[in-house]
Amino acid sequence: MAIHVEGLGARYGKFRVWENINLDIDEPGLVGILGPNGVGKSTLMYALNKIIEPSEGSVLIDGVDVKDMDYKDIAKIVAYVPQQSNETFSMSVLDTVLMGRYPVSGFTTSREDVRIATRCLKMMGITDLAMRKFNELSAGQHQKVMIARGLAQQPKILLLDEPTSNLDVYHQVYVMKLLRDIAKENGIIVIVICHDLNVASRFADRLILMSKGEIVADGPAGSVITKENIKDVYNMDSDVVDVDGRPYVIFHVDESIRSEGLM
Amino acid sequence: MAIEALENLAERLRGALSLSKTLERSDGESDEDYVYREYKVATFSKVLFLLSFVLLFIILVGYRVTLGEYDIGFIDVYSTIWKHITDSIDPNDMDELLDDNVVWEQRMPRILTAVLVGIGLAAAGAAMQSMMKNPLADPYTTGISSGALFGATLAMTAGFTLISGYYGRVLNAFIFALVPALFIVLLSKWKRPSPAMMILVGIAIMYIFNAFQSYMMLRADPNSASSVYTWSVGSIGMTTWEQIPIIAFISITGFICLFLMTRILNALNSGDAYAKSLGINVNHVRIVCLVIISLVAAGIVSFTGIIGFIGLVSPHIARIFVGSDNRILLPASALIGACMMLICDVVGFLIIGMSLQIGIITAMIGGPLFMIILIAQKKEVW
Repeated sequence: MAIHVEGLGARYGKFRVWENINLDIDEPGLVGILGPNGVGKSTLMYALNKIIEPSEGSVLIDGVDVKDMDYKDIAKIVAYVPQQSNETFSMSVLDTVLMGRYPVSGFTTSREDVRIATRCLKMMGITDLAMRKFNELSAGQHQKVMIARGLAQQPKILLLDEPTSNLDVYHQVYVMKLLRDIAKENGIIVIVICHDLNVASRFADRLILMSKGEIVADGPAGSVITKENIKDVYNMDSDVVDVDGRPYVIFHVDESIRSEGLM
Repeated sequence: MAIEALENLAERLRGALSLSKTLERSDGESDEDYVYREYKVATFSKVLFLLSFVLLFIILVGYRVTLGEYDIGFIDVYSTIWKHITDSIDPNDMDELLDDNVVWEQRMPRILTAVLVGIGLAAAGAAMQSMMKNPLADPYTTGISSGALFGATLAMTAGFTLISGYYGRVLNAFIFALVPALFIVLLSKWKRPSPAMMILVGIAIMYIFNAFQSYMMLRADPNSASSVYTWSVGSIGMTTWEQIPIIAFISITGFICLFLMTRILNALNSGDAYAKSLGINVNHVRIVCLVIISLVAAGIVSFTGIIGFIGLVSPHIARIFVGSDNRILLPASALIGACMMLICDVVGFLIIGMSLQIGIITAMIGGPLFMIILIAQKKEVW
């Protein structure tokens, strides 16, 4: 499975989000997308999945332009996990996860569908919530259910928009490790938007750092998470130290905030 | 209050049938098998509720037929229906012939109309609520019914139609029902409206169409205006056997089409972005869905005028019993819609008299229910 992004541009009305994005992701593994708020990380994810049509350029999945692909065909390859749940009417957790089977299953739910959904719930450690109503759960549990739903789609490319934003530290690490293992074991591409540089650095095989409408750095964690890049992109002073062969960022909060004139 | 009472009733029924207990886990049972067993029990409970609605429906139909000047018992109603269907009425038995005439010719058109209207409006309401992610949506609150009413009135009072007869009236109603539907499509695409805004737009459209409607009525000759007015406030007593097949075709076909879209409706309930990622062409699907709903509303309004709140309230009652999976919610709403229409008709008959228009009763009962839904907005119900 390979994603080839060429000269991609996106705009919302007159506002240009980014332009001329070029990217190749052709190896299985966990790819982290980093960058400040509003640089268009989610928009990039939407464009990869044809949720939005780019204003220019193209996204090719295994050589085929997604523009020419049917939504149904894309859904058989690519799954998307949104940042927040957006259900108006609540179903049970199991029914919510079973929705991930939509692109491949028939009108009725088969035993195999339930088996796959249960396995995904088990991976997220929430089998006991299967029959609970989705709106009775906490924000963190919602997030786990949505990840399980994405996994139930059994995609070759899995896109997750800040999947750990509502999770406690243990589950942030757990989910990122799980995603890395799934990517390795199943040979799939997992793309994660993440705000925690250290969690991303610890687990991602490759990081893409975005800022002001362009990709600033792209590569293994060591080449992307550097003192200079962090200063450039986030305007934060930091030290980057080596922990278990991966960069680890220690922010100098006081200096950074004072330099903004806020203190 | 009313919602809580229904929730309690649903919970008690589940408890009585041992369907709400946590299942005992047998030794060595895998997670997959255990969850599958839980899933089967939950599905069984929903099907059981659906069957009890069928039973309630059968009782209500039978009871409604017994009401009227001519006395006929509940059992006799069904034996007469059976004999009529199997063509086994004794032509020499005057009682049987009289029973058949009363049940089949006099009372059945009204009751079948009530049932078909209930099925069509409730299914349309359930589909609209999921499609628009809006608990307050139905053909009435979004202005689709008002558009249809104006279209049909135009045909009836001014003779302004493309084709003649009933079909012309339906076609007119359909064309004008598409106006609010178009607004919904455009608003959903460009403005991301809140549920309340969508309904306020619907009410604004309703005002506009009502103004045109009033103008048409004032311009019409007094005799025709009077009959048009009687029809427009929601009447099921004016339909004939000749019209029933048309209403049945529109209502049942609409229901089947929407039922086939129920998995898509489930996905739309999770938002456009996620629905697209599941392989659904959201824009196309929304248009198809609204065209079907407009056709159902137009078909119904053309023959019965505006019958409000059935499409809004029935899905909410159904949700309490069977949850929000549209595959079971849609048929459950349709059955409850049919039952509610029959109950309103029974109430109208028992309290006020045969001649009262059902639209008045549904508004009298549905209005307060709508307010309860608005005030007691409990997320758990939705």
